[in-house]
Amino acid sequence: MAGETRAFDAVRIFFTGVGGQGTLLATRLVGEAALAEGISVTMSEIHGMAQRGGVVESSVVIGNAFSPTIPDGEADILMAFEPLEALRALPKCHAQSLIIANTAPIVPFTVAIGQNTYPELAALHGLIKEKVSDVIWLDAVELARNAGSERASNTVLVGVLAGSGRLPLGKSSWEEALKRTLAPRIVGINRQAFEAGYAFSRAGGV
Amino acid sequence: MHELLQPGSERKQLLLGNEAIVRGALEGGVRFVAAYPGTPSSEIIDRFYQLAPEVQIYVEYSVNEKVSMETAAAAALSGVKSLCAMKHVGLNVAADAFMTLAYVGVKAGMVVVVADDPFLHSSQNEQDNRFYAKMAGVPMLEPATPEEAKSMTLEALALSEKYRMPCMLRTTTRVNHCRGPVALGELPGNGSGSSPPFAKGGQGGFQPQGTFTKDPFNLVVIPMVGRKLRLALLEKLSRLQAEAEQSPLNFTVGEGKWGIITSGVSYLYVRDAVRDLGLEQRVKVLKLGFTYPQPRAVMRNFLRGLTRVLVVEELEPFLEETVRIVAQESALRVLVAGKGDELIPRAFELDAAKVKRAMSNFFGVSYQSPKVFSIPQLPQRPPNLCPGCPHRATYYSVRKIFGDDAIYPTDIGCYTLGILPPLRMADVLICMGSSVATAGGFSKVLDRPVVAFIGDSTFFHAGLTGLVNAVSHDHRFLLVVLDNGTTAMTGHQPHPGVELTPQGKVQPKVNLESIIRGCGVTRLATVNPLQVKKTQEVLQDLREHMHEPGVSVLISKSPCPLFENRMLSKKQKVVFEVDASCDLCKKCLEEVGCPAFVWEQSAAGDSRIRINAALCSGCSVCAQMCKSIKPRRLDDSKGGDQ
Repeated sequence: MAGETRAFDAVRIFFTGVGGQGTLLATRLVGEAALAEGISVTMSEIHGMAQRGGVVESSVVIGNAFSPTIPDGEADILMAFEPLEALRALPKCHAQSLIIANTAPIVPFTVAIGQNTYPELAALHGLIKEKVSDVIWLDAVELARNAGSERASNTVLVGVLAGSGRLPLGKSSWEEALKRTLAPRIVGINRQAFEAGYAFSRAGGV
Repeated sequence: MHELLQPGSERKQLLLGNEAIVRGALEGGVRFVAAYPGTPSSEIIDRFYQLAPEVQIYVEYSVNEKVSMETAAAAALSGVKSLCAMKHVGLNVAADAFMTLAYVGVKAGMVVVVADDPFLHSSQNEQDNRFYAKMAGVPMLEPATPEEAKSMTLEALALSEKYRMPCMLRTTTRVNHCRGPVALGELPGNGSGSSPPFAKGGQGGFQPQGTFTKDPFNLVVIPMVGRKLRLALLEKLSRLQAEAEQSPLNFTVGEGKWGIITSGVSYLYVRDAVRDLGLEQRVKVLKLGFTYPQPRAVMRNFLRGLTRVLVVEELEPFLEETVRIVAQESALRVLVAGKGDELIPRAFELDAAKVKRAMSNFFGVSYQSPKVFSIPQLPQRPPNLCPGCPHRATYYSVRKIFGDDAIYPTDIGCYTLGILPPLRMADVLICMGSSVATAGGFSKVLDRPVVAFIGDSTFFHAGLTGLVNAVSHDHRFLLVVLDNGTTAMTGHQPHPGVELTPQGKVQPKVNLESIIRGCGVTRLATVNPLQVKKTQEVLQDLREHMHEPGVSVLISKSPCPLFENRMLSKKQKVVFEVDASCDLCKKCLEEVGCPAFVWEQSAAGDSRIRINAALCSGCSVCAQMCKSIKPRRLDDSKGGDQ
């Protein structure tokens, strides 16, 4: 639905992932793109445990809204960097939400030592599909590797979001966001990662 | 140039609330900053520390919050504008200074930033620090957004200068860690916009720039001076009352016969709720930014003509109680509500949905709350000590020697995560430094071994006095100082004992071993916990001496690997692997609990234990306890099998 102009009010985007996956940087990219587009934006981050393998959650609200946080059932878009965390964050979504989720699991410690089991992936996908129909699954790590660096998988996911047509943000605003947010030496590789995600999204998310 | 030193511009920048506070302080001419880090306030001192080399500003990571406040107060008493910042419980530590600094006052502006943490995202309690402003008689401003955080920092400086007393800027996690657009004003001495503000001259470093006029009968609070200052404080408060009544930081939006009174981030939830419920023509909102002294006349005028008023605030009914008093004093026929069942909860954070529910119940308007999808029980993902963390090695060895019977008081830092299985090395925690003094108390009333754990930064912060007390009273316990050379939990800030710096390895300013000996400790040993056998021998020896009265101390010294890698750019040389001789005893999983270990079961039912090479830090602790774990040399780049 390229170039579609939608009646735009506010879009609430919830990010979830595991410490070290770069969710906060992805959050920042979306915020900078909104700012570059001249749309009001507010974001919320929780700092403190990012390096210790815990869940990292953040949110971006763009458009006509005040609150930086997102109550349960009110996220229009869920950006899940890890499948188990996608399911854990499902209560944030509503039936019309868009979910963009990375397929590569990161096994929690409790599972790794055999105290718990990681949900079977097909069942996990099914549980999500049951509630929300608009789900894009992708192996962001592989797309990022092909684009030049596994570490840019967060930017791949942002590219998928940009290509989804759900946000009223033009390509030049995303370019501006990449330049403003990233150190010059890594802009190139992240631009490629972004484009890979964008193209994936435009091709229908397959 | 640091991004917070950019010249003023119309184009807004996306700043964290904490960064906006830094920018506000810079625009307001703050030249002296002191703080002890603590979530959610840490980025304030961290950003100042990062930009300090470019400007003439003195920045210090103080040893604790009380010290930071007293240090910053001296600057402000000498005419140098200052700022100190702390998390909410930090103000408990600094409270002694805070309460009387309100009497003594300042000569130049001084801002005390206090960051509350509703929901205890990263804290031991969720106390509402607005009561401290009231108790001390210090003016308080409460921002809702990063933009307001910046403008209110400037306003706080102005108020502080005008009334010659510190001003408190009270934030909450959702303000500190909200990122939003902020317009940058001009920095002092930077009208041209090209050079950094108050840039360093040729000599470099911060130059003394204050002036101090001796005035002991106003600055030395002996009782006769304190009595005079107490009356002067009350007089200032009455003038501040008038100031609050006039302040543009308190304003109303909307119209109607119903009202909402709110402050801080709750205001944002209220605005969304009013709109979502379609009540813009029926509900008037009073947003308070200047919340101590509380603007009673503003409240009274707002209440007049309204039939129902809901007070929406996180934590305690701080505003609500005053609103009720004001309504009663003026005999207003208005129904006031706030905290209560089906209304505004007293515990944890609010959000727009909670506010909508409360408004729906109170005003009797319909609200269909969103359907919330249910999910099955999922494996938790708790934060954990990192692979290679020396704290894990220390805990492993202490448990080997002292077992389940010992009491393990702990303290605040990464190592508090030792509470989790399989380590389970935490029995009591109250606050910063409590490990040492609670250990002393336990040792007097229990006939069991007591082993207390405290981090190096926390030891300097609040452990020293407890140790002196324990030594002087012959308390009988082992204190283990987990010395990883940094303040790890809050983001690797320096402390008095650091040896690793961006410039390489240095002599610590304060030597941990000397200071502990200086406290009168005679049984003291230092080990590297990554050397498991040696550590356990030393622990065994200390245990055997614990029938004698007095405190024993073990310094368990090994740098935080995350910090060491960053400071020294160290390249990892080996990873460890489990070989075929593994008999699946699972002791590695059940006793050490390193996150690099994986228990795998094939479809055929075969089990094996594997070490994830991408996570293994090469610390070798596991290999010292199990013969089936062997090193593998890494060439140049680390092989990962994530």
